[in-house]
Amino acid sequence: MSDNVIIKTNNLCKFYGESIHALDGVSTEIKKGEVVVIIGPSGSGKSTFLRSLNLLEHPTSGEIYFEGTDITNPKTNINIHRQKMGMVFQQFNLFPHMTVLKNLTLAPQKLLKKSKEDAEKKAMELLERVGLADRAEAYPEQLSGGQKQRVAICRALCMNPEVMLFDEPTSALDPEMVGEVLDVIKSLAESGMTMAIVTHEMGFAREVASRILFMDEGQIIEEGSPSDIFDNPKNPRTRSFLSKVL
Amino acid sequence: MTVLTFANWITEAPNWILSLPKWLQQIFFQLYQVFVYENRWQFFTDGLLTTFIVTIGALIIGIVIGIIVALIRTTHDSMSNKPNFILRILNVLCKIYVTVLRGTPLMVQLLIMGFVIMVPKGSVQTTFCAILTLGINSGAYVAEIARSGIMSINTGQMEAGRSLGLNYTQSMWHIILPQALKNILPALGNELIALLKETSLVTVIALQDVTKAAQVIVSKTYTAVIPYISLAAIYLVLVMILTKLLALLEGRMRKSER
Repeated sequence: MSDNVIIKTNNLCKFYGESIHALDGVSTEIKKGEVVVIIGPSGSGKSTFLRSLNLLEHPTSGEIYFEGTDITNPKTNINIHRQKMGMVFQQFNLFPHMTVLKNLTLAPQKLLKKSKEDAEKKAMELLERVGLADRAEAYPEQLSGGQKQRVAICRALCMNPEVMLFDEPTSALDPEMVGEVLDVIKSLAESGMTMAIVTHEMGFAREVASRILFMDEGQIIEEGSPSDIFDNPKNPRTRSFLSKVL
Repeated sequence: MTVLTFANWITEAPNWILSLPKWLQQIFFQLYQVFVYENRWQFFTDGLLTTFIVTIGALIIGIVIGIIVALIRTTHDSMSNKPNFILRILNVLCKIYVTVLRGTPLMVQLLIMGFVIMVPKGSVQTTFCAILTLGINSGAYVAEIARSGIMSINTGQMEAGRSLGLNYTQSMWHIILPQALKNILPALGNELIALLKETSLVTVIALQDVTKAAQVIVSKTYTAVIPYISLAAIYLVLVMILTKLLALLEGRMRKSER
C-alpha cells in the first residue's frame, strides 16, 4: 500500500437481514489531499459507506484500512483512529447543553489532553476562520442552521483530523444557508484537507471534487473526475441519475 | 403519667379562654393537649427529623441505583448486535430487580427487610434499614425514569461524541447524561414527593417518624382528630415546599440553555 493512501476499503458489505444489501462489495481508496464526492440516488448506500469509514456503521464483512491499520479488526482501538477522522452530520448534532466554545474544546481537552487555554485558543482560531468568533459563548439553540453546521465543522477540525467525512452537510439547511456552509467546505478543500463528502449538491460536487464516486444499490457503479462523470457518464444508471438531478 | 382532663385544664386556663364558646374551648384544649402539654410538639419535630433523614438517604440511594440500572439496561440494548456475557447477566439481574421491586408493595418490602432480612435493633439500625429499603424500592422507579431520559436523547448525540474519538463512557458522561438528567427532572421531582409520603410506612418497622409521632400522641390523649389532621397538614406543607423548590430548580436549568 502506498504511503499517500489514507483510507482503503476492501470488499465492504453491509447487510440488514437476508435481503437488504446496503453495501455490496465496495472497494476504493482515498489518497492524501483528495476530495472524494459520493453521489447517487437515495438508498444507494452512500451514507452507509461514509458512516462505515469511522465505524459508526459496522460492516458485515470486508476491511477498512485507515493509515494502514485494519480498523475493522475488533482488536483495533477505534477511538484512537476516530480522533483523526472528523465527521460532520446532516443534523449537525451539536451538544445543546454546552456553549459553542465548549462544544469545540470538549474532545481536545479530554483526548488530546490540551489545557483549557490551548484548546480555547485553537477553537477561537477556527471560529474566526468561519466568521463565528462572536458566537463562541452562544448555545447551539441560538444559532441558525448554517451557523450550527459551521460550528460542527470547527468541532471536527479541533481534533486536527487527517481526513474529514461529510454526511450530507447541507441537506437539513434552508436554501439560503447552503452557500455559507459550502464555502467553508470549499476553503477547507483548497487548504489541502483530505475529504469524503456525500452530497446532493451537484454544482458543488463538480467544483470541489477531485474524484466522484457514483453509487447505486450498495455498489460503486462509476468513478472518475468531475468532467468524466458529469460530461461524459458511461454507465446508463449514472446517465439516468444525472439526467434527473441536473 | 396522668391524662390531662378538660376539667383540670380549664381551671388553669387564662381568662380569655373562659369567655370563648364551649366548642372553641374544646379545640383549644385539644391543641394544648396534643402540642403543648408535656412538650409534645417535640414528638413531631423529632419525627420530622427522622422523616427527612429517611427521605434524603433513600433519595440518594435510589438515584445512584436507578442511574446504574438504567445505564446497564440502555448499554445492553444499544449493543444488542454484540452480545457480551457479563452485560447480559447484569441486564437480566436488573430486569428481575425492577420487576420484583415494582411488583410488590412497599409495605411488604419493609416487613421483609425489617423482620426477615435485617431485623434491626435500636433506632440507628432501624433508620438504616428504612433508608435502605426505601432507597432500593425507589431505585426501581428511578431506573425506569432514567432509562426513558437516556433513550430520549437523539442517537446523533452519541454518534457525534464517538466520532470525535470519545469512548462510550466519556460520551455517556459528558454528553448524554447531562441532557438526560435535565429531561427527567420533573419526573424525578414526582418520585421525590412520592418518596417523602411513602416514608410514613416506616412505622411498620417501629421507626419514630412523624407519622409514628402522631400515633403516639393519639395513644396518649385518646383523641385522633387534631393529631392526624395536623399530620396531614405537615405532609401537605412539605410537599408544597418541595414542589416550589423543584419548579425553581427547573426554571434555572432551562435558563442555562438560552
